[in-house]
Amino acid sequence: MAEYTIKVRRFQPESGEGPYWEEFNVDLDPSLSVLDGLLQAKDNEDGSLAVRCSCRAAICGSCGMKVNGQSTLGCKTQIGEAQEQANKMLAATGATAAEAGSPVRGEGEYAVAGVASDTPIVIEPMGNMPVVKDLITDMESTHWTKIRRVTPWLLPHGEPPEREYIVEPESMIDITQSMACIQCGACVSSCLSMEADPDFIGPAALAKAYRFVGDPRDAETHERLHDLADDPHGIYDCTHCFSCIDACPKGVAPMDQIMRLRRKAGEEGIDDPNSGHAHELAFVKIIEKKGTLDEAMLVQESYAPGIKGKLKPSMRGLRETIKSLPTILRPLRKRKVPLKKAIPGTHHKLPGGAQDEVRAIYAHAEEHSEEFNLYIKGEEGELAEVDVEKGIERSTVPAGEEADSGQ
Amino acid sequence: MASENIRVAYWPGCVSRGFTPELHGSMALVADRLGIELVELDRANCCGAGVIAEHNQELADTLNARTFALAQQTGLAMMNICSTCQGAQSECQQRLDADSAYRAHVNEVLSGQGLSYEKDKDGFTNKNFLWLLVEDYGLDKLRSQVQRPLSGLRVGPFYGCYIVRPKERLGYNHYPDRDVYLEKVIEALGGQVVEYDGARKCCGFPVVTMNRDTSLRQAGTHVGDAIDAGADCLVTPCPLCHLNLDMQQPEAAKVVNRDLGLPVLHLPQLVGLALGAEPKELGMDRHVASTRWVQERLTGVAA
Repeated sequence: MAEYTIKVRRFQPESGEGPYWEEFNVDLDPSLSVLDGLLQAKDNEDGSLAVRCSCRAAICGSCGMKVNGQSTLGCKTQIGEAQEQANKMLAATGATAAEAGSPVRGEGEYAVAGVASDTPIVIEPMGNMPVVKDLITDMESTHWTKIRRVTPWLLPHGEPPEREYIVEPESMIDITQSMACIQCGACVSSCLSMEADPDFIGPAALAKAYRFVGDPRDAETHERLHDLADDPHGIYDCTHCFSCIDACPKGVAPMDQIMRLRRKAGEEGIDDPNSGHAHELAFVKIIEKKGTLDEAMLVQESYAPGIKGKLKPSMRGLRETIKSLPTILRPLRKRKVPLKKAIPGTHHKLPGGAQDEVRAIYAHAEEHSEEFNLYIKGEEGELAEVDVEKGIERSTVPAGEEADSGQ
Repeated sequence: MASENIRVAYWPGCVSRGFTPELHGSMALVADRLGIELVELDRANCCGAGVIAEHNQELADTLNARTFALAQQTGLAMMNICSTCQGAQSECQQRLDADSAYRAHVNEVLSGQGLSYEKDKDGFTNKNFLWLLVEDYGLDKLRSQVQRPLSGLRVGPFYGCYIVRPKERLGYNHYPDRDVYLEKVIEALGGQVVEYDGARKCCGFPVVTMNRDTSLRQAGTHVGDAIDAGADCLVTPCPLCHLNLDMQQPEAAKVVNRDLGLPVLHLPQLVGLALGAEPKELGMDRHVASTRWVQERLTGVAA
């Protein structure tokens, strides 16, 4: 048993007051969970402390919350580890996740700051959602609305079979990762794109979208991809910050699913209003030709693809190019970037035959374009994280042979 | 603890030789002063920044396997100076290291070029300058090299997503403090750490051409938060973050509708200042957001 102080961000709507912090002292084994700590505080100190929970075993997905600023499940976070994390952050930064005041720390304080074991563990409701009461957030207004946005059911064509749809188990392996989602909302809570753009469809819904895009029974894959690419707040609004990957308690890696949606949309040749596909193609082509990045060319090709060849700048391309002019002119004025580097296409190739080596890699990879999904394949010598059904053994099968199975 | 002389296979990345040339220059200067020998990988290619992997994962894995193989030819550990290179390369390395058959498949094309990437060969590692500084060079040794302590300079750390997440891929199991190294370095150099909300958040750069508003709102918010917390400057180990936080700062200010004007230093620049280098040699006069304030804080005279 050990004593912990948990500092909870509380909000009681019926009081008419704003949110406030309250500390509770709890006494439990370090291997027990943050949720256990909260329930103890609720039992012993204040029955009005509101927290949603059910299974306490990371299955039901009810107890999404932020612990020391990290979106997670309360039941899957050991309180001893949460304490260590709180101590570490205080020692390094001189502040807990809750402290707004006196953020500046002086020299020499580093070595002594924050070693005390009573550093509070900071617990907050999930982010990017309205708070209903204490740690209970409104999942409907953001999470479920966005889930419904991606048409989360199968859209098969043709006559339905007499009984169930029959599919090869191997053809479903690809989507097992996104099927592992328990709809807890931790990824939505952590999403840094959504913080800046609340309209972003977001990690949970896009992972769910991939679950149907990758399903062999679905007949509207192209329409789904087109819809998600065509939405300016869709797949090309993800800022690639990996927050959802670390937040997800089930290893779904929503960002990886978003990247797969982009890859599939690209393979289907779908252009988008954000020029996401144009940006991707420009980047890939530039490295094939130059080996390192011609930044001026990337900017130009992202906005106005083919300007040197076939000249088809879009209205958005022109608008964005004009908007980006000050950003280009300022560093030129400061002599930060020489004029030559600001002119697309003047960038050098790799020296002495190295560029040919890069081209050979392109030729080889484009024949295969194999995807190696660690979630499914696992690390050599370790057991795979998922078995689609008990009995599907994998892990040391040569990658080449496994490529056909569900990619 | 630090060894006497460190030699590394050095991958400077694209942006440090492109739109942030002051990073490449200041790294060379600082390495010289610290006694770190940089063996530059001038035949190596772009890491793909996650974008090539988004297009074709095997292509990205093979391109980075080539870079690792070039580094392994030198027999040295590899060092980069870009959070994005770190993250994109670590992602590919994780897949390559996971499966010998996949590695053999990728090595097929490299073998035609006399190259091969071998897992753990000579204890191969690829570390950002920040990691190398703390884990291999050592903070005690760094502290002993300080000529001009950054006394009174209030520095906000800005990591860049690719160097802090995902934790499992980036070696946090072995090095759990990698997400507080900037704070440790700032302290070792004699500066003051400023805690603010954005230190480990996204600068927004990856979507700057796709959704300019989302992107610049992120950059502007973090810079504004750091100013509100009393920062004199930010420091970052990522040149892509630098592009959005510094080069785009005047545009970000318009999006968040407030005055900004906060200097953003590359990590080697901050180290260089403490080692006694002049701001101009470190290319600090080339930033978009003026660094004059930092110079005044350190020298006590108006620059």
